[in-house]
Amino acid sequence: MRKAGAALSLALVLAVAAAACGGGDGDLTVYAAASLSSALPQADGVRYSFAGSQQLVAQIEQGAEADVLVTADERTIKRVTADYDAVASTTLAIAVAPGNPKRIDALADLAGSNIAVVLADPSVPIGRYSADALAKANVTVRPKSLELDVEAALQKVAIGEADATIAYAAATTTATAKAELVPIPPEHNVVARYYAAALTDRGKPYVEDLPAVLHKRGFDDP
Amino acid sequence: MAHPLIDGAEPGDVIALVGPNGAGKSTLLRRLAAEHQPDVGLVFQDRLLFPHMTALDNVAFGLRHAGLRKHDARQQAREWLERLHVADLAARKPDALSGGEAQRVAVARALARRPRVLLLDEPFAAVDVEAAAVVRAVIRAEAAGRVTVLVTHQPLDVLALANKVAVMEAGEITQTGTVDDVRTRPRSPWIARMVGVNLLKGTATAHGIVVNGTTVAALTDVRGEAFAVVHPRAVTLSNEQPHTSARNAWPGRLADVDIELDRVRVRVQGAVDLVAEITPAAYSELTPTVWASVKATEVEVYPA
Amino acid sequence: MRRLAVGIPAAIAVALIALPLAALLARTPWSTLGEHVTSSTARQALFISLQTSFGALAVCLVLGLPLAWVLARSTAPGRHLLRALVLVPMVLPPVVGGAALLFAFGRNGVIPLRLSFTTAGAVLAGAFVALPFLVLALEAGLRQLDPRYEDAAAVLGAGPWSRFRHITLPQLAPALVAGSVLAWARALGEFGATITFAGNLPGETQTLPLAVYVALQSDRDAALALSTVLLGTAVAMIVALRGRWLTR
Repeated sequence: MRKAGAALSLALVLAVAAAACGGGDGDLTVYAAASLSSALPQADGVRYSFAGSQQLVAQIEQGAEADVLVTADERTIKRVTADYDAVASTTLAIAVAPGNPKRIDALADLAGSNIAVVLADPSVPIGRYSADALAKANVTVRPKSLELDVEAALQKVAIGEADATIAYAAATTTATAKAELVPIPPEHNVVARYYAAALTDRGKPYVEDLPAVLHKRGFDDP
Repeated sequence: MAHPLIDGAEPGDVIALVGPNGAGKSTLLRRLAAEHQPDVGLVFQDRLLFPHMTALDNVAFGLRHAGLRKHDARQQAREWLERLHVADLAARKPDALSGGEAQRVAVARALARRPRVLLLDEPFAAVDVEAAAVVRAVIRAEAAGRVTVLVTHQPLDVLALANKVAVMEAGEITQTGTVDDVRTRPRSPWIARMVGVNLLKGTATAHGIVVNGTTVAALTDVRGEAFAVVHPRAVTLSNEQPHTSARNAWPGRLADVDIELDRVRVRVQGAVDLVAEITPAAYSELTPTVWASVKATEVEVYPA
Repeated sequence: MRRLAVGIPAAIAVALIALPLAALLARTPWSTLGEHVTSSTARQALFISLQTSFGALAVCLVLGLPLAWVLARSTAPGRHLLRALVLVPMVLPPVVGGAALLFAFGRNGVIPLRLSFTTAGAVLAGAFVALPFLVLALEAGLRQLDPRYEDAAAVLGAGPWSRFRHITLPQLAPALVAGSVLAWARALGEFGATITFAGNLPGETQTLPLAVYVALQSDRDAALALSTVLLGTAVAMIVALRGRWLTR
């Protein structure tokens, strides 16, 4: 009886240890900006972790292990490595509910008192880009909330809690929360570049394929 | 329907409510309290002083709800505490009071609103002698103008305080009357035991009273269903058949005995069971089988 | 032998709590703490947090006491189901709770109170997650009361409201305080439900936990400073109540 107990304990300890070492040693770990959560394809052997670029970098600085890092701005990826490349770019667009019920045509409409706008918090790249675009168009918006990433903002628009947000044009078309896009003219627009780095040798093939993959999903060349 | 116990009473009555445990006395008190709201005061068996209030505020509680302002209520409460000799405990909380002190505060609390009906559930249980004396004195002094009902097990309280007695057995009131009535003419074995007399039940005839086939000689005009009382001191015990003038004499065996310093009470089982009260010296001379005898004049018969 | 069997796990438990707090305090930038703590972000977040946590507590008290009364005193069938329902916010992931609140009370909610993205919404989110704590504590407290004291008060002429105020409530005080502290602390620390339902807007709905999260992205020192403010607020409350009511 005691032997059975000891064997069970040992099995338990090994199981916990295996789980703690990260499930499936064969998986490639990719840390990517939240705005790419619908753009990057699910594949066997690849494990994604999507979050705001800042949060990804903070986690890596604290010791999280990733094979690939993809961020939505240069400032964040620089904190981790000097060996990175621009892999894609996109511009911004206004995301509204399907059917555009509030008839939003331009950034200036976002200042309307009957329009509920949510933006991303300035601590994430899309938040800063949105602020830049609004500044360029000379529009002052009072957002209802500064969401922690663009996916959350798009969700709010999709369920009707907000009327509009500013998101990445390419990322929006593949977003899980479906939204309609209203284009922003180039003179007000901002180019957002995505940067990727292979943090381990295993990640190199993934990073090399990335520009082509993203191009197919509607992103522009970097 | 309202219970008649209080409605049939007069102002100034102190009614002792007695009876075996579990007979329903506490339940009856609660019912009376509900029926005579708000003009009633109730001292609970467990006192139930509010644990988070001082003694003073406990007593003042009822007064506040009678409309008095805080200052006046406390003033009157203090007076009541003085009457019960616990004024110096006014600032104490109930958990800092002894049994006798808490009881006096509870009595003050019940009396504070000067209720027309005062109900007390075993107020002298677990209370020291001094405190009990104070409470008795207050109950007596406050009896005028109100009806007081006192649940008690102690004959002393019945005799000292009550002018009427109500006997409750198995949820029903089986006997009411003045203390003397109940004491001299008990109508249930329980009360007879409490009073300390022998109670016989049988049929009264010209010769006396027939109890379980045995005729107990007595002088009486009563006929039919009747009770008879024999005081234990009237029962004489002897080892041989007596040759005295007692017309009642039976042989019997000594059974339960209760020995005290100056007297002995012993039950004699025979044709008629009787308890006899004799001196310890006399008891020590008895054999296991004795003759019990009672004079006919000592047998008091009354209708059932 | 028993001392070790009890003492060692107990020591580990203490370490589990103490070490992270000690690490937080060790990494806090004490030299710049002053300017971080007095920054407008910090002041606004603290104000919003105090507003919403105490607001949530008020809602919990007003609604929770009657509910606890029903659970403790009612004999109606189905009260077990009711208690199970009350416990749901405790086991529900807060973000799910926030989403549920959106669908119930948002702009297009079942009852379109339009509380999303408002300070009132943050209060509601806090109340939602905190209510079970208060209700459980109060129900336990009510069950321990001796109802005969209320009988005694009734004989002395006290009506139902007066009995509640003067007899029930004072005896309920320890449970009330303990439950309130739990509920308040839970509301103070709420994150997921708040961000989902009320959003994140400095000066309106950005509570201290949200401010900490946002600061973690860009300014670690500010995040640590804000965390210290949050920790300090909670500790201040516990110290203020130190034993006075919690251990009667």
